[in-house]
Amino acid sequence: MNAPVILDRRSVLAGSGALIVSFSLGRALAQEKAATPAPSLPASLKTSPYLDSWIRIDANGAITVFTGKAELGQGFKTAFQQIAAEQLDVPFASLKVITADTGLTANEGYTSGSHSMQDSGTAILHAAAQARALLLAEAAKRLDLPAETLRTDNGAVVAADGRRLGYGELVASDLLHTQAQPESPLKDPATFKVMGQSVPRVDIPAKVTGGAAYIQDMRLPGMVHARIVRPPSYGAQLVECDAAAVEKMPGVLKVIRDGNFLAVLATREFQAIKAMRALAGGSKWQENAKLPKQDELPTMLMALPSHDSTIFQRSDPSATGLRTIEASYTRPYQSHGSIGPSCAVAHFVDGKMTVWSHTQGVYPDRQAIAEMLRMPLGDVRVIHVEGSGCYGHNGADDAAGDAALIARGMPDTPVRVQWMREEEHAWEPFGPAMMTKLKASLDGNGKIADWHFEVWSNTHSMRPGGAGCLLAAQHMAQAIPVPPAKPLPLPEGGGDRNAIPIYTFPNAHVVHHFLPDMPVRISAMRALGAYHNVFSIESFMDELSTLAGADPVEFRLKHLDDPRGRDVIAKAAEGFGWLKGQTAPRDRGFGFAFARYKNLAAYCAIATEVEVNRETGRVRLVRAVAAVDSGQVVNPDGLVNQIEGSIVQSTSWTLYESVSFDDTRITSIDWQTYPILRFDAVPDSIDVHIINRPGLPFLGSGETGQGPAAASIANAIANATGKRLRDLPLSRKRIKDAIDA
Amino acid sequence: MTTLKVNGQEHQIEADADTPLLYVLRDELKLNAAKFGCGLGQCGSCTVIVDGKAVLSCVTPLLLVEGKQITTLEGLGTDEAPAPIQRAFMEEQAAQCGYCIAGMMMRAQALLQRNSKPTDAEIRAELAPHLCRCGTHMRILRAVKRAAHLMDTAELLPANQGSAR
Repeated sequence: MNAPVILDRRSVLAGSGALIVSFSLGRALAQEKAATPAPSLPASLKTSPYLDSWIRIDANGAITVFTGKAELGQGFKTAFQQIAAEQLDVPFASLKVITADTGLTANEGYTSGSHSMQDSGTAILHAAAQARALLLAEAAKRLDLPAETLRTDNGAVVAADGRRLGYGELVASDLLHTQAQPESPLKDPATFKVMGQSVPRVDIPAKVTGGAAYIQDMRLPGMVHARIVRPPSYGAQLVECDAAAVEKMPGVLKVIRDGNFLAVLATREFQAIKAMRALAGGSKWQENAKLPKQDELPTMLMALPSHDSTIFQRSDPSATGLRTIEASYTRPYQSHGSIGPSCAVAHFVDGKMTVWSHTQGVYPDRQAIAEMLRMPLGDVRVIHVEGSGCYGHNGADDAAGDAALIARGMPDTPVRVQWMREEEHAWEPFGPAMMTKLKASLDGNGKIADWHFEVWSNTHSMRPGGAGCLLAAQHMAQAIPVPPAKPLPLPEGGGDRNAIPIYTFPNAHVVHHFLPDMPVRISAMRALGAYHNVFSIESFMDELSTLAGADPVEFRLKHLDDPRGRDVIAKAAEGFGWLKGQTAPRDRGFGFAFARYKNLAAYCAIATEVEVNRETGRVRLVRAVAAVDSGQVVNPDGLVNQIEGSIVQSTSWTLYESVSFDDTRITSIDWQTYPILRFDAVPDSIDVHIINRPGLPFLGSGETGQGPAAASIANAIANATGKRLRDLPLSRKRIKDAIDA
Repeated sequence: MTTLKVNGQEHQIEADADTPLLYVLRDELKLNAAKFGCGLGQCGSCTVIVDGKAVLSCVTPLLLVEGKQITTLEGLGTDEAPAPIQRAFMEEQAAQCGYCIAGMMMRAQALLQRNSKPTDAEIRAELAPHLCRCGTHMRILRAVKRAAHLMDTAELLPANQGSAR
């Protein structure tokens, strides 16, 4: 093997040539045969196959990892750095991660659906492993040694005789500018040093010391401040405004009026706010009363035109039900409620627009902005900068559109747009209202014989792509209409996300009633339809277990074949101390729920204990115990943080939250009118148990807890009170009314 | 001109007297930690310490804080030399998006300055004005407890060995 080795990069990565020992021989040969047609690449490598789209190594050895996904506080930036460090065999701290930027990173669409680890993390895993293989092969060539005698260590390839070649030396020319191959020489999980460790998050130090950590902290030289005067309601038309008076106010640079898009620009931020208030006060709008009646949401949803489709059907005539129950569940419109209102900075120089945004999709937002401004796509760059947690499509993209529209009229001047609290609450696209109807029968053995599930819902994504999704484009004089809504396709789905039961029932029928008309502005909110569908399914499973006289955990296991699902259920039950035939203390209740997010991502089971004040109807989550299986875990503490957060946030949605409106305006416009969970309602404890699956694919986890937490709490309330609540939120008043009924 | 004492330094500020302290800190003094969350005193993101007390800077006009000792998170410590409260939040990894955290830390700091051993119930009650949307509450509570412990330990050490201020 000491003969000079002639390599080309493709053969190295395909597993032939000098590196064959690193790969399975059988697999390598199989790949050779399958060379045409192009084999399927893992995750986001499919759309961005070049290794240097993901990993770049400079001549000085500096390594940069690129991801098209946006860090939103989920902590994946740290996890990606761990993945790359592990597979490249370099110290964690020696890497840098660059996130979503249309000028620098791959187009990975939206950061959504718990896809970051699955799509981008997996791409980085393979790209880093393949880069390491190329570095080893290049070193073998230069050292004239067989690759199997070489090892990698601390950013260098090391020979048995002690000679070292740094990655920077090896990477000369375009070594990594090559297409990825389907198989990678991944490290054995048993040897992991960085992956699987709770490495502290890289973004936290700046966040707890006042570093510049957010888009709100950007200060470009000469930057000016904009505030928008939004219409008071959907569809309102600007009749008149007193721009001249406002333009005389201190610091005011100009008033922008473009159709119904009204904004003010000032040198200093508080001057802009004062001017905005004056401008709003002096404006007259023609409004129209066309919002639905808030307390008749189920009727309203069912009255909307719908496109109906059966999305799942199974039948086994030998199984027949004896006892049948049915129930309907509803969810109101709910708000993302980011703590920091949306913000963006735009700078228009020499015909090129740069926008800094906390959008979850830099490429789609760029497309929308370019279309709105009628600019060539290549002249617009959108760079992600972290904002306040968004949990879906909040005002981020709209603020980016606002900033770009204003900045185009102010060439060379950086323009910062900061939304106000009322603006975020009234104008963000909400999580859609939903309704489900369930009906099921038990056979003579207390097993479910048939299952019927229907869900009524809008789409769960009106994210940009087209300019009509941006408020500024909708409001400007040459308005661009809102594009027609489309249902999100299965298997992930939108309104029907998690509508198909994971349990095995001999007869099952699932119908999706897609509602194209959107009386209230809606879009993607964490977990989409899965929040309500899992709440419905897992509440109804409890109702059925009561009918069967069975323990809720045992009842679920009786209907579940998926072994990983069974494992998380068993783990959560064990961690909670769940006992068959248990009785909760007085005024307390125990609940249980389970789901596999989208039926294809992470598994999550949650057991809860709640306390109910019978006099007031007030409920408090006392403790929660969760078990989660996300496949191979990269950062256990990061995963625990996500699940803890998911449980607390879902508790808030489930117990308190509902967007309110009258016939014209959204009336939940701040934290008084849209109350969320505060510290007095924080549980005593949340325990998260991770079932690690070394070497198995990453399964998205950021949204897996939303549905199970809601149903687990509803089930615990039913256990405590003997009353079943089926309308979200499970508010103090509804609980009190149920107890008193 | 208004004289403002922020993190031990005096600044001459040229801004209208009704300007909320938040905008002076962020825009004139270029300090990042105090955050705009609601502008209504409902969420706590803008909290700073004025003469030892936690104050909502978004609803506190410049006029009312002239000559007073104002401390922001930047004044407690740095990434390299974090104060106990900052170390505690790092060690507990008590943030997700982190937008609300600086305000939380300032109120917790004010609490710990007057009560070095708060109970869990006292911490919860103190943090009642603060909202966190990511659901990081369990970690925040743990971090405040840890900070109390770190401050306690720091006081027992000779001055030059305590955590940096």
